[in-house]
Amino acid sequence: MSDSANIDTYRRRFLGGTATALAGLSVAPGVFLHEVARARPADEAVTSDVRWGMLIDTNKCANGCNDCVTACNEEHGLTGHGRPETDAQWIRKVELRDKQTGHTQSLPLLCQHCEHPPCVDVCPTGASFKRADGIVLVDKHICIGCRYCMMACPYKARSFIHEDLQDQLPHAPRGKGTVESCTFCVHRVDNDRTPACVEACTAENHNAMVFGDINDPDSDISKQLKQHSSRQIRADLDLNTGVRYRGI
Amino acid sequence: MKQQIQFREIDGGMRFYSLLGFIGLFVLAGLGAAYFMEHNGHHVTGMTNQIIWGTPHVFAVFLIVAASGALNVASISSVFGKTPYKPLARLSGLLAIALLVGGLAVLVLDLGRPDRLIVAMTYYNFKSIFAWNIILYIGFIAIVAVYIWMMMERRMNHFTKLAGLFAFIWRLILTTGTGSIFGFLVAREAYDAALMAPMFIIMSFSFGLAIFILVLMAACKWSDRPLGNLIVYRLKNLLGVFIASVLYFVMVYHLTNLYITEHHGVERFILLDGGVYTNLFWFVQILLGSLVPLALLYHPATGKSRGWIGIASLLVIIGGLAQMYIIIIGGQAYPLELFPGMEVTSSFFDGGINAYVPSLPEVVLGVGGIAIALAAVVIGTRVLGFLPVSLADDQVDPHHAA
Amino acid sequence: MLNPMQKILHILLALSMAAGLLPASAWAGGGSLLPVVPEAQDRFSETQGCVEPTDEMRRNHMEHILHQRDETVYRGIRTKQYSLEQCINCHVSDTPDAPRYSSEEHFCNSCHTYAAVRIDCFQCHADRPVKSSNPQTLSGQMKSDMQPSALSAMPHQALATEVISHE
Repeated sequence: MSDSANIDTYRRRFLGGTATALAGLSVAPGVFLHEVARARPADEAVTSDVRWGMLIDTNKCANGCNDCVTACNEEHGLTGHGRPETDAQWIRKVELRDKQTGHTQSLPLLCQHCEHPPCVDVCPTGASFKRADGIVLVDKHICIGCRYCMMACPYKARSFIHEDLQDQLPHAPRGKGTVESCTFCVHRVDNDRTPACVEACTAENHNAMVFGDINDPDSDISKQLKQHSSRQIRADLDLNTGVRYRGI
Repeated sequence: MKQQIQFREIDGGMRFYSLLGFIGLFVLAGLGAAYFMEHNGHHVTGMTNQIIWGTPHVFAVFLIVAASGALNVASISSVFGKTPYKPLARLSGLLAIALLVGGLAVLVLDLGRPDRLIVAMTYYNFKSIFAWNIILYIGFIAIVAVYIWMMMERRMNHFTKLAGLFAFIWRLILTTGTGSIFGFLVAREAYDAALMAPMFIIMSFSFGLAIFILVLMAACKWSDRPLGNLIVYRLKNLLGVFIASVLYFVMVYHLTNLYITEHHGVERFILLDGGVYTNLFWFVQILLGSLVPLALLYHPATGKSRGWIGIASLLVIIGGLAQMYIIIIGGQAYPLELFPGMEVTSSFFDGGINAYVPSLPEVVLGVGGIAIALAAVVIGTRVLGFLPVSLADDQVDPHHAA
Repeated sequence: MLNPMQKILHILLALSMAAGLLPASAWAGGGSLLPVVPEAQDRFSETQGCVEPTDEMRRNHMEHILHQRDETVYRGIRTKQYSLEQCINCHVSDTPDAPRYSSEEHFCNSCHTYAAVRIDCFQCHADRPVKSSNPQTLSGQMKSDMQPSALSAMPHQALATEVISHE
């Protein structure tokens, strides 16, 4: 009895703090998803009714623009150590040049959040796992740092943490000896916000990245996917990636 | 009439302790290297986000593969009933366990979180071939231990064949599992081939036997026990067959890849313009590690010399390490093919050949694994009767006419 | 130096506290060997200091945190009551000179050192509220969901449902 009353007092106390936070958000339009109406309560588990996906239009992706990468690094506190070979990259810009025609393009590459992720198949402890809503994550609590997932990932999406870290962000815990990769900004998605990279791309008015629920036929991303042709990188592996590309 | 083979522990004393002390130095250095790597993080090694598995894995996989091969001598004796191999069966089992322990130690000490070994033992993802391998490795140690016990305990002798058969089947599955670590990787051009599993099995025959021959010759020499030519020649002829078989598998593997256009890039890299990997392939794996030992083992002059047989065995081991290096590190050095027909560049080293230079701690850790295996053999032969008192020709084969 | 009787007394005292038999005030014994546990920044309610009664938290805080850990990682449940982030927000000061876990003045370590408990939580997790821990990566506008002791930004509806579901 009194316990539940306490919880409510506690929550209301938190709510007070949140009001200002929300006020800050409302001045930045475009941060909210289109699915706000179906927002999931914080104490309810994710379900497979939702599958998060991303559509990247390489035609809109500006050559030389690195905003999605910068936003990701800031969001997760990915600071380099001046050692590019061992520094973590969750999202990177890849430049392509057709060997035959000379045509060039540029696109962001991140964890593709496969429906059948090879990293999850090979992980000996099950630390590499796929959430019900399709987000592929590493449970760093049981990751032993064997790096077999990095061997198995066809997209080179994962990084190993090669050194001690300090000052990690509360929503992005990361530490030496474990493997990590793009989380689709799961901490934001759980709070009905879009990933940082998408937000940054939209803020620059490039609009090359769309994020949403590909199980919901009415979502923006589903409509675009239905209307235009898109493809998966290494579609031959039949992994049914959550990230799709237009223009490659 | 049946002759009883006599086994006895090797003697203690100066020679034993100085040998153990010498090996112990390498074990300590290996442990120190592991501590250095774990304390600082893997950035002090040559391994990166591109070359994910490095020199420790070359040594670890080599040792694990050789471990299952080292058991072959025992299998030939117990399962296939070849009596001349019987005196060697116990040592074969001991060496198998020792090599596996050495390899696993390297593998575990290279983990990002070796402190979480207990997690690897308690959380299993049964779709992972790695998880299966953990069970296969532990099972191997247990089964071979029981097998040795059956051989050593006279009352249990009649179970030897059964235990030997079980161990033989288990080791085939184990090496299949080890090969499949690479065979099951769809992501990389150099892997993703079912051939990996049988190729690893035949590699294990070759590497395991080469190590066994060296260990046997050293053990008999240092413990002043006679070792007749009969058994040595049998072993070296067998080794020649195994070397040729490995060559055959390597040839089939590359021929298949050469036929498939999408694999031309990686084949070109390994066979033609891969720099260190190409050199390692042609000069170390093929020439030094296969053709030269074959010639040495079958040439009428060198094939009868203990020294040359030893050198041939050593060359097989060096060639085997080179082969592992090419498979594991060469396979990662070649970039992932994400966009066929495109030149790919990025800040994350996409599209380029990935650089790797082995660092000292990695090599020291790998050598430490070998030292752990050898230390286990030395201690094992000291405390229990693994080594026959005599391997002279008339002991090995009573019908042998002197 | 302590005589044997005093030693035994201290051990008994520690055991009884570990079992939650003594009130919190006994903890801050000046000059004693007992750990000095820093005060929390806030109270859960007028009648209760922490998110569960104090003796329950002393004995079983790790169970609550572990349970919440798996709920969050695997099921995306992000309630605040047992979240490690909120523990830190409330139990560690958000000033720039707030102690790190390596220091015995850190709330968690003050007792873990005493009880000889080794944890690896803070190899990955922030050991201080974010405002003090990482000012440089947060330069420019403070991200709304990084405000210490505030809920992550959620749409009104999500918050409302969360409250209702516990009533």
